[in-house]
Amino acid sequence: MTPGSYIPTEYFPVLVLILVSIAFGLGVILIGGLVRLKRPYKEKLTPYECGNPMVGAPREQFSVKFYIIAMLFVVFDVEAVFLYPWALVYEDIGLYALIAMILFIDILLAGYVYAWQKKAFDW
Amino acid sequence: MNFNEIFGTFGLQSTSFLFQLLIVLVKIAVVIAITMLHVAYATYFERKVIGHMQVRVGPMRVGPHGLLQPIADGVKLFFKEDIIPSNADRTVFQIAPLVAVFATLSSLAVIPFYDIFYIANINVGILYIFAMSSLGAYSLIMSGWASNSKYSFLGGLRSTAQVVSYEIAMAFSLVSIMLMAGSMNLIEIVQAQQQYWYGMYLIPQFVAYIVFLIAMLAETNRTPFDLPEAESELVAGYFVEYSGMRFALFFLGEYIGMIVMSSLAVVCFWGGWTVPPILLKFIPQLAIVPGIVWFILKVYFHIFLFYWIRATLPRYRYDKLMALGWKILIPVALANLVVTSIIKYIY
Amino acid sequence: MLPQIIFGYFAIVTIVLSLVIITRKNPVHSVLWMLVLFFHIAAIYLFLNAEFIAAVQVILYAGAVLVLFLFVIMMLNLKEELSSERFIGEWPIGVALGLSILLFIFFSIAKLAPGPLGKFTIELIQKETHTKAIGKVLYTEYILPFEVASLILLIAIVGAMVLAKKRT
Repeated sequence: MTPGSYIPTEYFPVLVLILVSIAFGLGVILIGGLVRLKRPYKEKLTPYECGNPMVGAPREQFSVKFYIIAMLFVVFDVEAVFLYPWALVYEDIGLYALIAMILFIDILLAGYVYAWQKKAFDW
Repeated sequence: MNFNEIFGTFGLQSTSFLFQLLIVLVKIAVVIAITMLHVAYATYFERKVIGHMQVRVGPMRVGPHGLLQPIADGVKLFFKEDIIPSNADRTVFQIAPLVAVFATLSSLAVIPFYDIFYIANINVGILYIFAMSSLGAYSLIMSGWASNSKYSFLGGLRSTAQVVSYEIAMAFSLVSIMLMAGSMNLIEIVQAQQQYWYGMYLIPQFVAYIVFLIAMLAETNRTPFDLPEAESELVAGYFVEYSGMRFALFFLGEYIGMIVMSSLAVVCFWGGWTVPPILLKFIPQLAIVPGIVWFILKVYFHIFLFYWIRATLPRYRYDKLMALGWKILIPVALANLVVTSIIKYIY
Repeated sequence: MLPQIIFGYFAIVTIVLSLVIITRKNPVHSVLWMLVLFFHIAAIYLFLNAEFIAAVQVILYAGAVLVLFLFVIMMLNLKEELSSERFIGEWPIGVALGLSILLFIFFSIAKLAPGPLGKFTIELIQKETHTKAIGKVLYTEYILPFEVASLILLIAIVGAMVLAKKRT
């Protein structure tokens, strides 16, 4: 096969299911739209706050902890991505791959311990 | 240029293409129909199981033993008004429940229900499920942000942080399965488990299984990790502003997510549709039972586990939830991975 | 013919979506359009016979980096952001820069010649599966960049902690 002529046929059912699941959600909402009630009034459309009038802005500043968690998540997700191909070829490469990965995990373990020390995981 | 010429150059005649499309569509229709039926009755069984565990009877009014209750619930939700709060971001608000269903429903594509019945057989099956379930976080954060309500916003933030934290633990626990099987293809993982006499990774990878189970509960926002919903403090969390069919779609997403995660647990740890070879040796009659029966039995065991845990355990505290995910599950899963790889090297 | 049509579709949609992203007033909408864009990029990788990269594109960019973007955007005060004008006074400079880059690409494309074919043909990758093909190269030939990647990740952790923590 020449480069650029490849068609991933085994992914075709996945594409169909993705389209079907989008159509399914849309269809349920749209068909429901034909039959359901629609009687909005001002009080019904206010944000839910246990019956009281809304106090303050709805989207307030939130704890920086969420931000730290998101950043650490990116880092550890990248680490996990490096682990996937490693797990698959481990049998073929052997000890070399084992040492390489233990070194990799150890370096990241230092960062993990540092984050723990800095109380990133304490809420 | 007609249809035949375009596909013909790749050995795909339009008739065979349309035929394949038809087969795929039929398979998808079967899977979705069974899933929807399951979801309807999963709510019924959940209420019944938890009811009996708490010495109540559960739904009894609609039909004999309340058997028609899910249908009544569905009809009611279908006709309910679709309220969109006046200061909400309308587009994002309307799309969020669709994302919830899309993320979980499309994950069903790679689950091997039986050795001849699956929608797609791709080499990166586990990664596909990770990719799709990571989209689930968007439905939480989108609905939380777009509703423009304090409870939704807090619920959305909390659950996004929770879901992403436990995704790492789940990924690490499944890496050791990939290591054992040497593949990410879910069908090959099932077949790889047959070479052991016990026929499942549950025994050598018990630690990974426990980590996976806990992460599974957190990923699907089920008790004891249902903090995003937390009825008592956040009233319903990220979907407090939703009503009618859009609310139902969030529920649908959650229950399909339970099926996907249970199926993943069954495929990766319980040997999928297979029976342990040792059992087959002693009771050869088991071989006539079709594999799909085993698969469904194993999946329903996990779904029962979801209900059982919900009836038994109280809700976790948020700081403890984060501490459990980051301080215990991730190190345990990583240590398990290193130990597995060392043992695998020695052998 | 079919691969060209498919590539044309993804190329056009990618460009259109990029334009949509930079013209949205609400940054949250921009991020959500970016999510759609990342799926199209993943599909392009899929057609390049790189299924692992396609999966990683969705897991890392759509699943992790964009969530971080959303968190950062939600921390901003969106009310001010929405009322302020997106196109600032220096826009002619931006247009000139963009056009010159476009011209640069246009003239350099003609000089572009495809390099010699490598070891990994489509057939070989299909036989070996893409993930294994990547792994075999990454953990033997490119072991040093791989270990350096862990150092970069370590710096990212330290940087995150230093940036977000209050000085006590």
